[in-house]
Amino acid sequence: MQPVDTIEGRAIPFGAANVDTDVIIPAHWLKTVTRDGLGKGAFETVRAKPGNVFDDPEFAGASILITGDNFGCGSSREHAAWALTDLGIKAVIAPSFSDIFSGNAFKNGILTVELPQEAIDRLLEVAQTDPIAIDLGAQSVTTQFQDRFHFDIDPFRKACLLDGTDEIGLTLASGDAIEKYENNRAGALPWLDTNRERAA
Amino acid sequence: MASRPRTLYEKIWDAHVVDRRPDGTCIVYIDRHLVHEVTSPQAFDGLRVAGRKVRRPDLTLAVPDHNLPTTPRLAADGTPIPIADPQSAQQLAALERNTAEFGIEYIDANAPEQGIVHVVGPEQGFSLPGTTIVCGDSHTAAHGGIGALAFGIGTSEVEHVLATQTLLLKPSKSMEVRVESELGPGITPKDLILHIIGVIGTAGGTGHVIEYRGPVFERMSIEGRLTVCNMSIEGGARAGLIAPDDKVFDWLEGRPFAPNGSEWDRAVDWWRSLATDPGAQFDKSVVIDANDVEPTVTWGTSPEDVAAIGASVPFPDSFADPAKRTAAANSLDYMGLEPGTPLAEIAVENIFIGSCTNSRIEDLRAASEVLRGRKKAANVRWAIAVPGSGLVKRQAEAEGLDRIFIEAGFEWREPGCSACLAMNPDKVPAGERCASTSNRNFVGRQGPGARTHLMSPAMAAAAAVTGRLTDVRELLR
Ligand code: SF4
Repeated sequence: MQPVDTIEGRAIPFGAANVDTDVIIPAHWLKTVTRDGLGKGAFETVRAKPGNVFDDPEFAGASILITGDNFGCGSSREHAAWALTDLGIKAVIAPSFSDIFSGNAFKNGILTVELPQEAIDRLLEVAQTDPIAIDLGAQSVTTQFQDRFHFDIDPFRKACLLDGTDEIGLTLASGDAIEKYENNRAGALPWLDTNRERAA
Repeated sequence: MASRPRTLYEKIWDAHVVDRRPDGTCIVYIDRHLVHEVTSPQAFDGLRVAGRKVRRPDLTLAVPDHNLPTTPRLAADGTPIPIADPQSAQQLAALERNTAEFGIEYIDANAPEQGIVHVVGPEQGFSLPGTTIVCGDSHTAAHGGIGALAFGIGTSEVEHVLATQTLLLKPSKSMEVRVESELGPGITPKDLILHIIGVIGTAGGTGHVIEYRGPVFERMSIEGRLTVCNMSIEGGARAGLIAPDDKVFDWLEGRPFAPNGSEWDRAVDWWRSLATDPGAQFDKSVVIDANDVEPTVTWGTSPEDVAAIGASVPFPDSFADPAKRTAAANSLDYMGLEPGTPLAEIAVENIFIGSCTNSRIEDLRAASEVLRGRKKAANVRWAIAVPGSGLVKRQAEAEGLDRIFIEAGFEWREPGCSACLAMNPDKVPAGERCASTSNRNFVGRQGPGARTHLMSPAMAAAAAVTGRLTDVRELLR
């Protein structure tokens, strides 16, 4: 995972509330076999409308998305996070997120920032014309107009994002504990391994 | 050492903690990992990119189900019929390739053991009591029916389990759903779980693992228990389970992956020790009176939108919660229903008997008992029966159930997820209604614009015969 520290630049002022995973990436895109390329299907129904923010050249290359309440509700499909990454999004700012979505986003190195609706409204306004900056270390979102909003984040997630920790790598570092567990298990509950012999 | 009384869930959890981090997150060992074609390709890709192996291919079993068409798979000369949808074909081919590359046992689309992953696991004895079972699919909760702690995971977690055979988890809270008394004649486990979801709501089990308790579950068949636990996720819980007992042990003995010989006896001894101790505390408890359970159907687009078949479509204003009022109005709009309409007057054009909730042999027997000597109504355009696995299909055919379905005007299909979700060719057309034995009635779940009514296999069969939602007890008299 790429470490996340500061994310600066233009932000897409989307603003909609209750954006579900079907809106982020419609179900028919679930037949893919890669994480890449889902940007094409991201917000497909929104982008079908001319003049939408996602295709506005003003926001080309934006790495931040600003949206309304309850972002990412609906199914558990991780494709929603992959679609955002493929679109170039590194952080999403909203008043709240669905639990499953923020977990999936975190596992894919996307920072989810929760701010009160007033802050969101202000950022939506600034984003129309100017960049914004997120500093994960300082837990702040700032603009060049002296706005400064503090946000909270789970300390474990913050540390993982700052270090670019790969969760699998982290668990593999406990390889000895896993091996010890497996050896105990083979002694105490041996039938759980019987299909190893069966497969052999 | 006398220890504090523990619940079934706590005992399974404690037996699987490898390591505990200071913030309470645990590395939890996973005994069984089931893999299917939709949520795994990116996980295998991740392993390849990082140069990692599958830690325990022997604890992993793969089977295709979601995308697979349920029409015949072999041509007359025995060669496989190519899959028309190129993307489905690609996903299915990826599963076959990935399992070969990483040394994972793969059940081929044409093997008799193929079927829906949640039917195959218990049927093969791969799912066992007291184990932790995961799969990249939220209905993994089903395996709780044999007394396992089973839950669905996302693709990154699939990769995590493949690489480490563990997951990073925090313990859930525990919830008891206790059902007192007995189910009435003609009332099935599906009616019961729909009723329970109606009582607790789709968020009722959020953050909890549900243990279903009470005499009803002790008497219930294993198939019925799998049906109940399957829909724990619709009640908001990530997992649901029932204490393993002699019925489970008898059902599992002799299955291909089940322990044998002296190991079997040791296993049974351990399984018996898992039941919740007297005096163990649950964080939350709900009591249901089985006498209140009627044949139950859904009328809306959320699994909590349930009603007894004798009731009418509710008026949105009858809900106290304003959010629920709006949701009900939207549901009825999508479903094309007028408030006050008796449920038994709602005509259906499609019947789907299948899915990991209700495609086991007992489900097919219950439906065929209603269909025997009868035909589907003229307004029923499409009726399909989709066995949950090739072995269920063979068993049903040996009992002559396929003839009953076919003579009643049903199509008798190959095993797979079928019309449970619109990822394969079995879809319900926009604006049409389906009496379905599956688990989700979400907007567009069975196809864009499709209108789903969830119910038991016997109720779906009754709807096929009369062409409308029907109290099956009228046909069984
Ligand atoms: S039958 Fe439906 S719910 Fe069950 S595994 Fe298949 S798609 Fe999921």
